Amino acid sequence: MKDDSIRHPAAAREFLADRERARWHDSAIWWVRQKRDAQMAQLPEWETLRTMAEQIKAHTLSRLDEYLEAFERKAEENGVVVHWAADADEHNRIVHGLLAERGVNKLVKSKSMLTEECGLNPYLEARGVEVIDTDLGERIVQLRHEAPSHIVMPAIHLKKQQISELFERELGTEPGNFDPTYLTHAARANLREHFLSAGAGLTGVNFAIAETGGLVVCTNEGNADLGSALPPLHIACMGLEKLIPRLEHLGVFTRLLARSAIGSPTTTYTSHFHKPRPGGELHVVIVDNGRSEILGREDFYQSLRCIRCGACMNTCPVYRRSSGYSYSYIIPGPIGSTLGPSRDIRKHASMAFACTTCASCDNVCPVRIPLSEQLVAQRARAWQTGALPAGKRAAIGALGVLTRHPALFALAGKTLRKVFPILPAGLAQDNPYSRPGRALPEMPAQSFREWWLQNRKKP
Amino acid sequence: MKIGLFVPCHVNELAPEVAIATLELLEGYGLTVDYPLAQTCCGQPQFNNGDLKGADRAAGRFAEVFAGYDYIVSPGTSCVSHVGAHTPDALSKTRSRVYELVEFLQDVLKVERLPKPVYFPHKVSLHQSCHGLRLRAHATPSERMLPYQSRLERILALVDGVSVVYPQRRDECCGFGGSFCVDEPEVSVAMGEDRVDGHAATGAEFIVGAEPSCLMHMGGVIRAQDKAIRPLHIALLLTGRGGA
Repeated sequence: MKDDSIRHPAAAREFLADRERARWHDSAIWWVRQKRDAQMAQLPEWETLRTMAEQIKAHTLSRLDEYLEAFERKAEENGVVVHWAADADEHNRIVHGLLAERGVNKLVKSKSMLTEECGLNPYLEARGVEVIDTDLGERIVQLRHEAPSHIVMPAIHLKKQQISELFERELGTEPGNFDPTYLTHAARANLREHFLSAGAGLTGVNFAIAETGGLVVCTNEGNADLGSALPPLHIACMGLEKLIPRLEHLGVFTRLLARSAIGSPTTTYTSHFHKPRPGGELHVVIVDNGRSEILGREDFYQSLRCIRCGACMNTCPVYRRSSGYSYSYIIPGPIGSTLGPSRDIRKHASMAFACTTCASCDNVCPVRIPLSEQLVAQRARAWQTGALPAGKRAAIGALGVLTRHPALFALAGKTLRKVFPILPAGLAQDNPYSRPGRALPEMPAQSFREWWLQNRKKP
Repeated sequence: MKIGLFVPCHVNELAPEVAIATLELLEGYGLTVDYPLAQTCCGQPQFNNGDLKGADRAAGRFAEVFAGYDYIVSPGTSCVSHVGAHTPDALSKTRSRVYELVEFLQDVLKVERLPKPVYFPHKVSLHQSCHGLRLRAHATPSERMLPYQSRLERILALVDGVSVVYPQRRDECCGFGGSFCVDEPEVSVAMGEDRVDGHAATGAEFIVGAEPSCLMHMGGVIRAQDKAIRPLHIALLLTGRGGA
């Protein structure tokens, strides 16, 4: 679970204290952005695909109740058991109930941001169920008792040396062997044991198709396939926004998803689940947990189009230089900075301000969520609910007064311009702008206004 | 044609030479330009910090101050993008009359030459400021699969001798971000350093852009770290004030 008392500026300062590591983090993630660009460049229809994806999702959200019911009907016809969870707690109780009823004490999980959001792992562990994350990155952060720092690349903040040390301790690998293939094979051998001995497998859901009642799970490691194929019980957990109307719409999203996420033409595995295996069970848990409230908010419902590709994180210059752990919500970066404040503006207000409004995220988003606008709209909620730091509120209030009085406005500007150059160096540095590496602007002798009055003002 | 010069607050106080160059450039095309003295802030800081009422009040004032002009022209893309996109719908007439300098030269005046020929035999690294780039379509953002175009490149084609290059990560943000630069000073400085390093690595002598606040921010990094490259607003370059 994530510490939600984190405030972005303080956590980012800490992260940037190790500038070399921060540079490495930035370059590693920028490399994924470049791979995404290269994939985009191969599809002349890229922008059309984005528009189609946006429209399909917008349409689905506008009739979500109908599509959810259609999905439920079809899935149940197929022999899938459908559960509805109003919130995280109900989701966790349903999953635990399914396991407890069958006496399952080990669960293998593939990647699911929803279960992170619901805090499923600690909930189950407290009730005696061993939970094994089987996505390699998730497994790494699980062994480190950390939350994922990125929604697609959960361990992107770690270097292979750190992983080698972790595996040496946890899995008994050779000391000092950093070879990624060696380490991956060690994790694989260890995970195989768990796949074979688990009583149930849990997967996320990338897309749920109303027309067919089918579930689509996209992974690159095949771990969702092993986890759903080996144990007799498969539980699939999904947020209620994962619906698409028809199978024919799926291709629009699968063409965009992996290209946007990791710069690959497709995910290695795109698995379709329609009914339980012979002798097995398939349960799907559909979770609201605040989503229908977001759906009802004019400024924010568009965030429910998100397909969790993480492209907005990879392009975000702030995310790359501060890492996922500088954000208080479980989903970091631009999309997290609207979803987190939607959930709790007081807790997550600092996320909405961790943004220069460069709007690059808007342009990479495969479903065209206007992320930068949403972040600014979250700031308005922060203002309205008093979640803003007092100093900031006072400064903006003062600016409002000055804005209405041109003479005062000019005087305030002039005062700043004249006072700074005569301050002792120490005092001049003691302001929120001055930091090592950045100097205040040089203060001109005359403002443009003064120049105009002197040179151009007609008598 | 009545033109009102809109000088963003930070340009007025910290980069008056950019406003003077803008004025001179417009006058060079034979235009009469007025600077309404009642102008203050466009309201972008209020808007970006969530004070929507304050932003609307500022926008309303802005609309009154500039009501009598056919065109409102400014040497700043960010404030123009705010007025153009984030002001109340009731001010749509103000929105449609506000232009950033290069937009005005290209779209309204349709200039094919500079008032005074400029010879600038230097390599310049173009800084595509985010709001100009992504909110005003000054160029094709690197994230989009769209035909390539660039306003700044087109206007610099009117300057003799200049050679234009781009840094790696062509259009990454410099980290200014208005109040972001004080809310998140460490991230802001890190972004500024990376951006300045990127521009400097091209071997260019100047970072040229159309948004004074980005140039001011990068200038702060350049001065603190004693780098050789210099920020230069496009209005200064287009009026032969490049220096060097």
